[in-house]
This record gives sequence, C-alpha cells and structure tokens, in this order.
Amino acid sequence: MIELINVSKSFKGVKVLKNISTKFETGKVNLVIGSSGHGKSVMMKCMVGLLKPSSGNVMYDDRDFTNLGYSQLREVRKEIGMLFQGTALFDSLTVEQNVEFTLKMFTSMTPAERRDRVDFCLEQVEMKGINNKFPAEISGGMKKRVGIARAIALDIKYLFCDEPNSGLDPVTSRVIDELLKSITEEFNITTIINTHDMKTVFDIGDDVIFIYQGMNEWSGKVKDIHSSNNEMLTNFIKASYFD
Amino acid sequence: MFSKPEKLSVYIDRTITEMNNIGVGSLSIVVIIAIFQGAVTTLQIAYQLISPLIAKPVIGSIVSDSSMLELAPTITCLVLAGKVGSHIASEIGTMRVSEQIDALEVMGINSSGYLALPKIVAGLIMIPMLVIISIFLSNLGGVIAGEASGILTYEEYFQGARESFMPFNLLFSLIKAFTYAFIITSVSAFQGYTTNGGALEVGASSTKAVVYSAVAILFSDYLLAQILL
Repeated sequence: MIELINVSKSFKGVKVLKNISTKFETGKVNLVIGSSGHGKSVMMKCMVGLLKPSSGNVMYDDRDFTNLGYSQLREVRKEIGMLFQGTALFDSLTVEQNVEFTLKMFTSMTPAERRDRVDFCLEQVEMKGINNKFPAEISGGMKKRVGIARAIALDIKYLFCDEPNSGLDPVTSRVIDELLKSITEEFNITTIINTHDMKTVFDIGDDVIFIYQGMNEWSGKVKDIHSSNNEMLTNFIKASYFD
Repeated sequence: MFSKPEKLSVYIDRTITEMNNIGVGSLSIVVIIAIFQGAVTTLQIAYQLISPLIAKPVIGSIVSDSSMLELAPTITCLVLAGKVGSHIASEIGTMRVSEQIDALEVMGINSSGYLALPKIVAGLIMIPMLVIISIFLSNLGGVIAGEASGILTYEEYFQGARESFMPFNLLFSLIKAFTYAFIITSVSAFQGYTTNGGALEVGASSTKAVVYSAVAILFSDYLLAQILL
C-alpha cells in the first residue's frame, strides 16, 4: 500500500499540489484522474521520488519514502516499476536489453536466467519474438507493452503508469488496459495509473482519486463516480464523454 | 556522480563501449587533421625561414616541437570538443527530454554516474591516445610535405626532430591531453544532463557543450603553458 499524507508541492512559490492525502491499496488498480495541468503528473513524480514534496510524506508500506537515506531509497526503488507517458525506453538498447536492464544492474542472475526472465516478461505482454528490435523499429503500442515488460522485470510491488493510453488507438488502448489489470491481479501489486481516459477508468479501475487544481477533490470507488454530486467531478466526466 | 556503482561490470562494459565511440569513432578525423596540420606547418615554417643561414633540419625541429607542444593536443582536442562533445551532450540531452534519465532514477540507478562516468573515464583513456597518434601523424605529414615540395628530405626532418626532442615535451603534451579530455567529457555531459525542454534545447545544449569546452581548453592551454613551461 502507498499512502500520501498532506503532500504539497510548490514551484517558485506556486502551489501545484495542495495537502493531498490518500491511500492506494495493494492488488487494486488505483486511478488518478483530472484535467491536464492540475497536478496528476507532479503527484506521481513526488510518489516515485523524481520530485521532492515541499511538505508531507509518501509512505510505502510504512516506510517513509520522503525521508529515507540514499541506500534505503534505492532498495525501495527496486520495488517500483514505471511506465512513462513516452515509454522512455533506452534508444540505444534492444527490446531484450531494455527489459534485461534492471536484472543486469540489480540481480546476480546468470545470462541464461536473465534471458528466461526477459522472455517471461515479454510473454506476459504478448511481445515475444521482438527481442532484437530497437525501440525505433516498433510501434507505439508495442513500445508501451515493452515498457510494461521492463517495469515488471524485477519482482516489483508498485507499478506506476503515466497516461498509458496516450497516443494509442482505441483497440490498442484496451489491450494495454487489460494487460495492466491482469498484471496487477496476477502479481498482487499496487498499481497507480494517471489518466483522463474515462473508458480506462470504468473498464479496469478499482479506486479513483480526482485531482482538481492540485487538490484531492474526490476519491472513492469507480462504481460511485456516477452517483457523486461533486460538481467538478461531474463536469469532468461529462466533458470526457464529449471527447 | 561519484557514489559506488550499482554494478561494476556494467560500468566497465559501458566504458569499453564509450572508448570505442570516442577513440575509434574519432580516429579518421584525427588522422586527416594531424597529417594536414603537420604538412601545412612544414610549408609555412619553410616559407618564413627560407634562408641560406638557417639549416634545413631546423624546420623539422620546429614542426615536431610545435606538433608535440601545441598543435597535436590543442587542435586535436578542439576538434574533439566539436565531435565528441556535441555527441555526448546531445545523447544525454535527448535522454533527459525523453524521460530516459527519469526512468534510470526511478529504477534506483545513479543516473549522473551511470551516464557521465564511463564517458569521462573513456575520454581520459582514449583522447591522450588520439593525441599521441596525432603527434606521430603530424610529423609524418611534415615529412611528406617536405619531400613532396623539395624543401627538405626526411633525413633532414628527422635529424632536426631528434636533436630538439625533449621527453618533457611529450609529458607536457600528455598532461594537456588528459586535462582537455576531462574538460570535453565533463562539460559536455553536464550540459546534456542539465538540458531542460525539448529538441530545441538539446541543440542548444550541444552548442553550449562545444563552445564552453573550446573556451575552457584555450584557457587551460594558456594556464598549463604558464605553469609548466
């Protein structure tokens, strides 16, 4: 479980995140929704340690991520996988080398064991057989899948996805959604997805937090979204149907 | 950058790859520049010193000393600042703007160490080697130009070069090469790593890397000459 306790983040005096407190449960697909520019990505960056919160704490199963020492931080980070909006695959490495990267850096696996693990991860995302291709040689949807395979290469506990469907066609988007859902359930991990794709929310979401102007405007179960009388959330949902 | 590497073997692999990129990848341009700079210097020295009172081997001694003291290390490294420096800055800069550096950080890897250290170590190993090759080829260029133009024979050239040779000059040249290698790789890696924005900023970082490296090389050239000569 990941818990945010009064997390705030300011840039040059402008408060982008305002006292956000919430919990993301293990084994569930937790969705962070909200319009662009309202702080979703900043919140995710604070959670994974790419940004340091101005105040507040990020707890990873009772470990205070914001105040850990360098070596402890590194240990927690080995439990984190992240799928970036632009996939962030390493251009100079092949698909296999991308997936193998963390295994090579952090495990003492033999090359044969690493290859087996890479094959297993690529099989999970239905991408077997493209091991020797470079990221520039595969499509956007394939890159996303390889990104997921890279994220789960180590035995992660937490999976973060920043706009996993951006730039994808509707069919591929659904495939990615299903993948994220099945990986979450199969490995019993805490998955947190930033999105403004409401189809994703209703298809695979368990819990939702709605961020509006840097604040936790609404949070609850996906099934409760339609019965919510929060005006901002209702407007956001309505607007997304007209997209 | 100087924290303990996550896995030494990976860093060694990366260093070898960078040695290939920096050293082998720059060999052709270094060869061309070195031969021509030696040849042109020979012709110009001969043009300025043409007199029956000056022995021809003097031309060889001036060209070989100039090559060793200034031309090979400084000109070669200025060119490498352009070639290697822009490559390093744009590579790391592109990784920055495409979130690849963020990906490294999320994985728990010291991104600055992982990206910059192998390049700096590779530069410190390969650039002095390129400078040594450049010294040799500058002299070869001088001999070829001397023979081809009939200004002096290769015996006269090497007589002059041998008579004026001082081992310290070679050491001085290598000290320069190490200094410039560190400047080129570290300045360029820094410029790339601190890139912020998109493609336009990657280009700007690449330009800054070359300009700052070149200026720093010229400053340190003066300082080293002042201190060591």
